[in-house]
Amino acid sequence: MPHRDVMHGSRAVAEAVKLCDVKVIAAYPITPQTHIVEDIAEMLANGEFDAEYIMVESEHSAMSACIGASATGARTFTATASQGLALMHEVLWIASGMRLPIVMVNANRALSAPINIWNDQSDSIAERDSGWVQLYVETCQEALDSVIQAYRIAEHQDVLLPVMVCMDGFVLTHTVEPVEVPDKEQVRRYLPELRLPHALDPEHPVTMGSLGDPNYYMECRKQQEIAMEHALRVAEEADEEFRRVFGRGYGILEEYNMQDAEVVLVTMGSVAGTIKETIDMLGSDVGLLRLRMFRPFPKEAVRRALRNAKVVNVIEKDVSMGFGEGALMTELKSVLYGSDIRILGTVAGLGGRDITTEHVRQAIERAERALRGERVEEVAWAGLKEEAL
Amino acid sequence: MKVAADIPSYVRCRHVCGASLAASRCFKFRRLVKEVSDEELFAPGHRGCAGCGCTVAMRLALKAAGRNVIVTHATGCMEVISSPYPETAWRVPWIHVAFENSAAVASGVEAALRALGRKDVKVIAFGGDGGTVDIGFQALSGALERGHDFVYICYDNEAYMNTGIQRSGATPYGAATTTSPAGKRSFGNKTFKKDMPRIAAAHGIPYVATASVAFPLDYMEKVRKALSIEGPAYVHVHASCTPGWGIASEKSIEVARLAVDSGMWILYEIEHGKARVTYKPTVKRPVAEYLRMQKRFRHLTDEHIAVLQRYVDERWEEVFGGD
Ligand SMILES: Cc1ncc(C[n+]2csc(CCOP(=O)(O)OP(=O)(O)O)c2C)c(N)n1
Ligand code: SF4
Ligand SMILES: [Mg+2]
Repeated sequence: MPHRDVMHGSRAVAEAVKLCDVKVIAAYPITPQTHIVEDIAEMLANGEFDAEYIMVESEHSAMSACIGASATGARTFTATASQGLALMHEVLWIASGMRLPIVMVNANRALSAPINIWNDQSDSIAERDSGWVQLYVETCQEALDSVIQAYRIAEHQDVLLPVMVCMDGFVLTHTVEPVEVPDKEQVRRYLPELRLPHALDPEHPVTMGSLGDPNYYMECRKQQEIAMEHALRVAEEADEEFRRVFGRGYGILEEYNMQDAEVVLVTMGSVAGTIKETIDMLGSDVGLLRLRMFRPFPKEAVRRALRNAKVVNVIEKDVSMGFGEGALMTELKSVLYGSDIRILGTVAGLGGRDITTEHVRQAIERAERALRGERVEEVAWAGLKEEAL
Repeated sequence: MKVAADIPSYVRCRHVCGASLAASRCFKFRRLVKEVSDEELFAPGHRGCAGCGCTVAMRLALKAAGRNVIVTHATGCMEVISSPYPETAWRVPWIHVAFENSAAVASGVEAALRALGRKDVKVIAFGGDGGTVDIGFQALSGALERGHDFVYICYDNEAYMNTGIQRSGATPYGAATTTSPAGKRSFGNKTFKKDMPRIAAAHGIPYVATASVAFPLDYMEKVRKALSIEGPAYVHVHASCTPGWGIASEKSIEVARLAVDSGMWILYEIEHGKARVTYKPTVKRPVAEYLRMQKRFRHLTDEHIAVLQRYVDERWEEVFGGD
């Protein structure tokens, strides 16, 4: 039976891992992810479920062990953040290139230097080209549900790609929310056992990770790109099916207050909650578009959602240094190329700086001024202490 | 190699008895020869250089392991020459991921096999000396310390060969490589070989062995033992490289054997903490003889050779006692 409880986001993820019958877990501590692997360890210690738990000596090895385990045909999980994700960089590409359905939770955290354990999204956004499907969640419930959906997407025979579920560190991992934990039998039906067509097996020897010379390499990449296209459809289907079975879903993007909105804020992750709050508070007719899926980028769906928009302001927790704006803003410009939509950006919340309703209000105001034809800054840094520069 | 009866009497048993016994009369040799599979699980036709000692290390390990094994591999010569898509030399399931993580990948494979209830399948992780003693050191140490049931085999050709003969932590004193060249102000590599087997043993694992491709039966028996013992095992096999060492292809095994007969490389095993020498040369050959056969040492002066001889003598003394 499904049951409701109040729990941290980390616990919600651990519950999902347990529900999904994950067979091999590689664990390495890093704030703000650590509670996830701790909670899993506790569940295993209490005999709540059975899995191999590898306490690796680094995140590089965590991902490497996941690759080995996944290639052997076992459902695999790990979680990381920031420096850990950066340390994995090399092997992330290999996991996707080998088409392994690994699921990983990234508890979004800023990258050093200066060292900073608090939330922003530069870590996972820096890995956007690594061939991983990326989902960004808003709530603890969505984190739990997305892990379950992630396996369904990753293991789909038309996809076979790793999936990264990105949840804002502290804001979600360390925040207690009411969460409904689905029924295990229902999850089992939703998520059939993993069948990896190219698994390592002495009965059917395969060679994995061979040298791909210029005659072959490009086709491998193109196949990955095609799998990404499939992932878009499969993710939508997985979410629809999830809604049918469990009574809730999210879509690959979420539209809030979008009917006839000429000004739209675009974002990813938990800050959507603050934005919704601000819109409601102000009684504003501004809309919010929350991208739940960042890779593959839902280009068509975004264009459709923004067809009536005149000004967009992207609020994001990352910046592409040397390009003066966040990656989501750049990508949105690219997706909306040729349209008349004015695109503004707001760099916010880097290194855990609070994003307040006041910052959101300012972002709305700037967009509205642009709508009236006034000159406004294209990119603003919310809450920046100018005097400290 | 099929049955012992086919072995001519001039073939000496190099397995345990040194040169003293005709192989056909050595029961251990005969048993092993009989048991060695003639199935080639590391297929011919790979792109290794003629005379490559390292490919021998691959081939014999698989003969010892049989079919029921999954192999993980570090980036390096043996990976590159064996797996150019769409060809493969591997007739067993094989996975290469990156340079520094063969042991970590093997950890995952082993854990998955356990989780899937497939305890019958063995796991071998291969890495070159660079992939083992340098960049893969941490992943190896972690995997050994965690106690995974697998065998790590370091094939040691004493440099980064795949990238064109750069020094590694396993390069011997005095060897010229492209990053430790000999010149007016340099006699080649300034450091002594990192003692990786001893470091592996310091992890308290149940089995550690050194081996050489010039002693195939000794090597295969060690691989077999390593596979049969529960828990992590480490086998460090000295393996010649023709361009890297500057030797003719037909001298490959001869040079590798001279490494052992001169004491530059010692064959032993440590089983549950108990060390045992598995081969003692009947005649200790001068190090100079070994060095002279290889271009990488050709520039060495008598002084440097004397340094190496002293180094060998000290270790010889330690292992075999006075001689
Ligand atoms: C992270 C990383 N650094 C460097 C390399 C380049 N590289 C590939 S193989 C290799 C040398 C391998 O040396 P070793 O492990 O001794 O194996 P060998 O080629 O000698 O058999 C190097 C430096 C790489 N592939 N990955
Ligand atoms: S370079 Fe050396 S190790 Fe590499 S294939 Fe040739 S002989 Fe073997
Ligand atoms: Mg080498």
